[in-house]
Amino acid sequence: MMDWFEIALVILLITTAVGVIRVKTLISAVLILACYSFLMAVVWAQLGAVDVAFVEAVVGAGLSTVLFLLTLFRARAKDTQLRRTPTPLVALLGLPLLGFVLLYAIAPLYPDGQPLRPASTHVADAYLQESYKATKTPNVVTAVLMDYRAFDTLIETGVIFTAGIACALLLRSHSE
Amino acid sequence: MSEHIQAALERPSLIAFVVLFLCGFFVMTTNSNMIKKLIGIYLLQTSVLLLLVTIGVKQNAASVPILTEKHIESPETIAPAAYVNPLPHVLTLTAIVVQVATLGVSLALVAAIYRKYGSLDENEVLQRIE
Amino acid sequence: MIEAHDSLIVRSAGKLLIPLSQLFALYVLFFGQYGPGGGFAGGVILGTSFLLAVLVLGPQAPPCRLAHQLEHGDGVGLMIFVGVGGLCLIGGGTFLDYSNLQIPGWNDEERRSLGIVLTQIGVAADIAVTALSIVFSLGQHHSQEASHE
Repeated sequence: MMDWFEIALVILLITTAVGVIRVKTLISAVLILACYSFLMAVVWAQLGAVDVAFVEAVVGAGLSTVLFLLTLFRARAKDTQLRRTPTPLVALLGLPLLGFVLLYAIAPLYPDGQPLRPASTHVADAYLQESYKATKTPNVVTAVLMDYRAFDTLIETGVIFTAGIACALLLRSHSE
Repeated sequence: MSEHIQAALERPSLIAFVVLFLCGFFVMTTNSNMIKKLIGIYLLQTSVLLLLVTIGVKQNAASVPILTEKHIESPETIAPAAYVNPLPHVLTLTAIVVQVATLGVSLALVAAIYRKYGSLDENEVLQRIE
Repeated sequence: MIEAHDSLIVRSAGKLLIPLSQLFALYVLFFGQYGPGGGFAGGVILGTSFLLAVLVLGPQAPPCRLAHQLEHGDGVGLMIFVGVGGLCLIGGGTFLDYSNLQIPGWNDEERRSLGIVLTQIGVAADIAVTALSIVFSLGQHHSQEASHE
């Protein structure tokens, strides 16, 4: 049952992505991208990543759509119509080759036996077992993000701050 | 090599990752509209994050990485195989927020280019620069 | 570009939704330890609720003026985060090691729990103000460009 749900979600996701590529105006592409973000949030919730699904639904489907639409409203209408250029032959031949290379490369990351998986071998089990004793936080993801890996979160907060400053420098005029 | 690919095909999310990566790559490289390129980059980034989360999934219906009451009372009985690996979720959370921040900056750059040169198409902008 | 929305339905629904979403953002922020959520989601919901207030109620209403005042607090979140780390340094340990926060009578786990809550507040404040600031930067010169054409 779970497998059918996942396959249906994946088919919907790929259909939405193809829709984003093929549609003719930019505003439609942006709105279909919001739909794609929601579907991605559902896929993540189905894979067991509830924190990630929460943040993606708020940030991806909410904030990034607003940012795209605000930029599109500044442009005149004729600039947002897309021309359908013919696809270059290199792309048609090279992209399936790239797909095969990717499949071959990610296969060792997902072997059959559970303990052999590289992502689960070193500290992940220790985090699951030790984090409640050390931090009294039932949500293991928050405990790892804010306590064990607090440096990453600190630098990421710095990156967000810098992005806000960069936008302000690029776009605000000094007349007021 | 074929059994590698066979094992990868068992999980639908991995096929989704490859197809979405190719879609995003195609949009990013072959379109000349700058905002469409940004949409391609967005597709690319979310597909890679899908791969990152899929790596942490465990078989046999492992539950969400939030400890239940039973395990809170007796922390020695936590079996790591019963919970989904929390480490890729941490990396993905950071990556999503950084993604929206860089999207904001790139859209500000596109808006500034539009204000100066009057076009969203990169070939026209290149012509107008000369 | 931003004016008060002229439909009564949108304005009334906005007046209901904005305080509710801010309350929900605070809930998500403080309950990030016991369920999904945490600093990132809470911060973005908080920023989006201010943005909704600006779009629905117009640029002269009090929430919009509050939002413009909040914009100046762009670095407060980062300062809170680094401040918590600095307090840990003052308490005698390494940077961002919350078990050194000097609070009498608490043991190690409770101090680390408190450290996690404080840093989540810092992250949420940073993201909320940055989201608001980016949206204001992108939306600003629309009327100026329209008058050039």
